[in-house]
Amino acid sequence: MSDALTLTGRALRLSRRNVDAVITSLMLPVMLMLIFVYFFGGAIETGTAYVTYVVPGVLLLCAGFGASTTAVTVSEDMKGGIIDRFRSLDIGGLPILTGHAAASTARNLVSTALVLGVAFAIGFRPSASPAGWLAAAGILLAFVIAVSWLSAAIGLLAKTPEAAGGFTFFMMFLPYPSSAFVPIETMPDWLHGFAEHQPVTSVIESLRGLLLGRPVGDSPWIALLWCAGLLAVGLVGASSLFRWRTR
Amino acid sequence: MKPSAHEPHGPRKPQAPQEPHDHREPHTPDEPHTPDEPRHAPHPRPGRRRPGPSGPSGRSGPSGPGSGRHPIPAIEATALQKSYGDVRVLGGVDLRVERGTVFSLLGPNGAGKTTTIRILTTLTGADAGTARVAGHDVVAERSAVRRAISLTGQFAAVDEMQTGEENLRMMARLSGASRAAARSRAAELLERFDLTAAARRPARTYSGGMRRRLDLAAGLVGNPEVIFLDEPTTGLDPRSRQQLWEVVRELSTDGATVFLTTQYLEEADQLADRIAVIDGGRIVAEGTSHDLKSRVAGHRLDLVLSSRAAYERLAARAVLSIPETLTLGVPTDGTAVHVRALLDELDPGRGDVARFSLHTATLDDVFLTLTRTPPRTATSSAVSTESTEEATRV
Repeated sequence: MSDALTLTGRALRLSRRNVDAVITSLMLPVMLMLIFVYFFGGAIETGTAYVTYVVPGVLLLCAGFGASTTAVTVSEDMKGGIIDRFRSLDIGGLPILTGHAAASTARNLVSTALVLGVAFAIGFRPSASPAGWLAAAGILLAFVIAVSWLSAAIGLLAKTPEAAGGFTFFMMFLPYPSSAFVPIETMPDWLHGFAEHQPVTSVIESLRGLLLGRPVGDSPWIALLWCAGLLAVGLVGASSLFRWRTR
Repeated sequence: MKPSAHEPHGPRKPQAPQEPHDHREPHTPDEPHTPDEPRHAPHPRPGRRRPGPSGPSGRSGPSGPGSGRHPIPAIEATALQKSYGDVRVLGGVDLRVERGTVFSLLGPNGAGKTTTIRILTTLTGADAGTARVAGHDVVAERSAVRRAISLTGQFAAVDEMQTGEENLRMMARLSGASRAAARSRAAELLERFDLTAAARRPARTYSGGMRRRLDLAAGLVGNPEVIFLDEPTTGLDPRSRQQLWEVVRELSTDGATVFLTTQYLEEADQLADRIAVIDGGRIVAEGTSHDLKSRVAGHRLDLVLSSRAAYERLAARAVLSIPETLTLGVPTDGTAVHVRALLDELDPGRGDVARFSLHTATLDDVFLTLTRTPPRTATSSAVSTESTEEATRV
């Protein structure tokens, strides 16, 4: 446990000093939000102010993208000799990966706060109850943790950090075929099945409902189920891939 | 435990007399250097034998003035085998390293050095054979082995984006030190490795030598009993290499066992009490530096001869022959006395040798002598014949 804390501290220091990554993961979501709100927003009819509609999607995009950078950091670690050094100190894969996942979660708290701040500045006015806020934060946190672990597994699977970087693109585009930026009804029929049932949609619907104080139905439960499933896949995948990589 | 298990390789040679050009510190008079000295102190050197268990670290356990020999060697490996797919990397390696000594595994790229180290440090499992390190089995008692050792590999195992101090504190914390203890241990190691001035700079700004020192320091935070160094000086400039050698000597003086791999004969010669030469996944020779030197000349005198007749007359003496340029290489210990005598002997009429040059024996020369096959082809063909042999056997 104390090893995991030490390694979280390490991963945090490393991500803080990776200036490019910090700028990208902070600036990109903000830029995307501004682009959607000001460039496309006028043309998209959602029934509410577009900024209100789009913020949950941007929050999620930001979180998914940020968490997926874990794949790159894990892959970087596997490339060098540091993992052997840790192993020769009798430290297993779990504390090492926990450090990365925890640092990823902390990074995303910062970028989420930034996106929310900018959103408020450009007119986002949620009407959530304190319980709604708490629930929304909880779901977003669950999503970030799940994606972080999944990314760790991808990072172990990838042969190079560059290949691992591909996963961040996947996570960045996953919200597009969902209700993140436009209502699903406006998409072609054949896309509905995927867009309505992919994990990102349930998370976004929950966030949107909770933040705007609307009825959410069973979306939060579906979202949590998705997160639990992704987390399980990520945890099991990462642990077994770590053993496989360090045979 | 087999008390005589560590001498199986190659023909047993009597220890050569002290060579005049030995460039180590002179032996002190109270350290007799005789061929029949006890086996646990194969090559006494001043400052190496500690007076007793009250030495600086006091961690080599059973060592003591009256104990005679250590019952448990630091490293003992029997018939280690390892293949990656169809490629046989180790074909039955036996090793025995006594506590408190420096042992060098010498060999070219691809000989199996790193694989041997990875097996001994529990990072890779052997296909067959057993190994015990610091008295523990590397498979069954993996954690105990890991607590007793440190590994500094070929790839720098420090975080580039962390400062030297942060790297060391992190390693100390991971070895179980408290926050305060980690801080003081880091400061101590930075001081010892001459990195205090650079302590607060990110490791990415370090020179190659500094990085290697930091890497080595990071391996020492937990006071390991057995220290593994995989090619510690590959790629370093001569000055950094000297500094690293100094560190290895200090570690050994402090009572730790050092197991290092190297491609450089000189490095093994400078540092190691005992040397094993590995080629194609097998130990082809093992002994003290003297043992090996008596079989491999330390230097080579290359002669350019003035006539074809002279070339042919002397060709039998040569370990290297280049007929196109009438060049022959003859083994020598490299001293002025020997070179002068050799020239007089080979060219009594003083007309046959046009020019000469002196070369330090290379690993190629070692292999030439130890394996009696041309070095370049030897390495590759030895591996391939061996693997086909093994393949048919399976």
